[in-house]
Amino acid sequence: MTLTATEKALPTDGGGGAGEVLFDATGVRKSFGGVHALRGAHITVRSGEIHALIGENGAGKSTLIKVLTGVYEPDAGELRFLGEDVQFASPAAAQDAGVATVYQEVNLVPVLSVARNIYLGREPRTRWGTVDIKAMHRKARELVRRLGIDVDVTGELGRLGLGVQQMVALARAVSVDARVVIMDEPTSSLEPREVETLFGVARNLRDQGVGIVFVSHRLDELFALCDALTIMRDGEVVHTGRIEDIDRSGLVSLMLGRTIDDVVGSSTGFTRESHVVEGEPVLSVRGLEARHRVHDVDLDVHRGEIVGLGGLLGSGRSETVKAVYGALQTEGGTVSVDGKQLRRGDVPRSLRSGIALLSEDRKAEGVVPDLSVRDNIALAVLSRVSRFGVVSDKKMDDLVDVFMKRLKIKASSPHQKVRELSGGNQQKVLLARWLCTEPTVFLLDEPTRGIDVGAKREVQALIGELAERGLGVVMISSEVEELMEGTDRVVVLHDGGVSEVLSGQDITNARLLAAMAGDEYTEEDVVAVLGLTDEDTTPQGATDAPQGAADMPQGATDMPQGATDEEER
Amino acid sequence: MSSATAPPTAQAGGTGGQQSGVQEPTPARRRRVDGEWVRRNGVYLALLVLVVINVIITPHFVSEGSLRLQLVQVAPVVIVALGMAMVIGTEGIDLSVGAVMALSAALMPLYLGYGTVGAIVVGVGIGAVTGLVAGVLIAKVGVQPIVATLGIMIGGRGLAIVIGGSIKSIDDPGLVALGTGSFLTIPYTVLVALAAVLVVGFLVRRTTYGRQVVAIGGNRRASLLAGLPVSRVLITVYVVSGLLAAVAGVILAARSQASDPTKIGLLMELSAITAVVIGGTPLSGGSVRILGTVAGALVMQLITSTLISHNIPDSMAQMIQAAVVILAVYVQIGRKGARS
Repeated sequence: MTLTATEKALPTDGGGGAGEVLFDATGVRKSFGGVHALRGAHITVRSGEIHALIGENGAGKSTLIKVLTGVYEPDAGELRFLGEDVQFASPAAAQDAGVATVYQEVNLVPVLSVARNIYLGREPRTRWGTVDIKAMHRKARELVRRLGIDVDVTGELGRLGLGVQQMVALARAVSVDARVVIMDEPTSSLEPREVETLFGVARNLRDQGVGIVFVSHRLDELFALCDALTIMRDGEVVHTGRIEDIDRSGLVSLMLGRTIDDVVGSSTGFTRESHVVEGEPVLSVRGLEARHRVHDVDLDVHRGEIVGLGGLLGSGRSETVKAVYGALQTEGGTVSVDGKQLRRGDVPRSLRSGIALLSEDRKAEGVVPDLSVRDNIALAVLSRVSRFGVVSDKKMDDLVDVFMKRLKIKASSPHQKVRELSGGNQQKVLLARWLCTEPTVFLLDEPTRGIDVGAKREVQALIGELAERGLGVVMISSEVEELMEGTDRVVVLHDGGVSEVLSGQDITNARLLAAMAGDEYTEEDVVAVLGLTDEDTTPQGATDAPQGAADMPQGATDMPQGATDEEER
Repeated sequence: MSSATAPPTAQAGGTGGQQSGVQEPTPARRRRVDGEWVRRNGVYLALLVLVVINVIITPHFVSEGSLRLQLVQVAPVVIVALGMAMVIGTEGIDLSVGAVMALSAALMPLYLGYGTVGAIVVGVGIGAVTGLVAGVLIAKVGVQPIVATLGIMIGGRGLAIVIGGSIKSIDDPGLVALGTGSFLTIPYTVLVALAAVLVVGFLVRRTTYGRQVVAIGGNRRASLLAGLPVSRVLITVYVVSGLLAAVAGVILAARSQASDPTKIGLLMELSAITAVVIGGTPLSGGSVRILGTVAGALVMQLITSTLISHNIPDSMAQMIQAAVVILAVYVQIGRKGARS
């Protein structure tokens, strides 16, 4: 049985040998310009415990960490560190007090030695005020030995592998006698072997009584390493407890805020109608490999078909479509469009072959903010609206006009700058950009993320229509409803590989969640986790339109749904 | 004034189509449009003010000779700044332009044996070569623009001194004519600058290449994903900048009828960058303003000439120029700050 938020005060005894409370944050609130990033979050870090902090993007994990480490000042809430009320003025103040942070990106100085990096800014001094290199090397050696890292402390940091660098960052963090170490996705750029070493170091620290907060999206890692966990969603803590009291499916459903489908009727702009699929696939992917990101992914898309790509954050969804499109270096595998194999890593070639990719990151990889709506739409087809390298205004206006009307893009004129549009309209501009290329395969990475409800339904309806016109569509979505109502088939990824392919009536919440978690699916598991009775599950398995689940587990009922994604300006 | 009328019309156009998209549009939009207006048109306003001041306080300012002198002096800066504007449009910078001017001016007299045209072709050609080197370093090797062009800046001038040695006087009649002659009272050098403005203006505004330049500067990742030939565009931008710098070097040598590799083009990179920035092209890339750049060069020229004609010491003049540059950058950053 899962622990609920209100039960968090219960003493956690024995188990991992968790000890005294080191850091206790309660009722933490923080908002940015009216957007509530944290609405009363809490976390209790104990000595000798590795505490997982979990949540999807926008759940508030990073904000909470930044509050704990003095980057942000909370709007409200209590922070008690070693039994005293604290309010760190800066990350440096937090570090001095004994709260150290290791970030995802190593931020050390690559040209300095390992020892110099560990003691940067806090070098042991001789009585002349110069750096006592001997003492520094000796202390550094002791430290790395204590942590179980095998490294020459006099060597240049930049020559070491990323994993070792990460370990050095960790050593630096604990060299200040940290009582609490916060590790923010430390493993995301590490090789599996390096991850193991890092875990060894983390366990070592734990056994020495340090409290560790560990943020990762990889469930395997969490279950392998952590003792306790806190799950966040929409700026609140939805669950906290011992890790052995929860299993993967339960964790995922809490994280996503979904249990058995509680939606009656259609909540998306998709018309639930499976598309007729016949003949050869228009897109065929075999054995796609991208270093540490994508492993042996197969994918087939037929004309008129919408294939969903599901999975948790970091499961390799975006990487898969990018690799297909040629925008991510691959180590193996083939991509064929209409039976013709594409050259790897060649974006213009992919475009010419009829593949288009709508990237997830609208700001960094989508719009060119200072260009007009018109120029943004025509960006990928500049040569087609030109003659002898000179842009034809007429051709461009004709093309742009069609799409602005067709997608109902709301702009004062085609010459308005794209950055002045709302998120939804920016997204439509990007859809228009790719539709101009007349794709036969359209890869959509979170096409409705961060846009308002109205635009969302319009985009969903458009996607459905495109499929009906014969496009092969691949749609990545973190929203279970979108996958259930919008797709004909869902390929679920877990840890970079295909964990399951669901189609038709099998695309249910329970099975999606289980596949995302990388679990073997058994009905009993889900029932057990969700605390449902048999009556609740029967209609789910049997009918196409499941009834709303009567009871959600306690602690999860009052969760507000709704998009927390910030609307981009 | 148009500054007063511009915001309401923009609003009227915006509100009809944008109700659902933009929340609370009024204060944010009004402010943004104002900042935008200053950034876009401030340079023309400054130019106007400078002209008016000079007409009033500088004797003989409105005379053919004086105007001609101003234009002849500004011509090389304009030519170099055009290339710089394109480079900056891609979020790059080209510090090598001054050295390239010296290099072309040093090389050209050595090839007068091939005739005037032959010598000019060699002089201009060296600009294309250095530009290609910079472009390949930046686009293919991944060297930062400031580092790659700084290397060429230092090495290029050194090479120019090695090649050119001391001051060489130029007495080739063709070059002398280019430097001092005129057509319908307009000096050839000014005509060359005008032609460069027209060509680069056309390139930036009308061609697919121009769109690619600003798109790459505005969002390189997005441009890559849209299948734009990013490396090719980056390389050619530095080639164009090198070519234009070499043209300016040839003109300057022809006008002064001498080639002094230690002096020609000295600090030209700074003048060019200043003209571009004052002209409203953001250093962060994504936009190239040709007319603004020309106006920016004219503003700096007028400030200098005004100060000189009123016997203000050089050191003072430099400080005033510095103040103008800082003001121009402040206006740009102010706009950015208001946006985010």
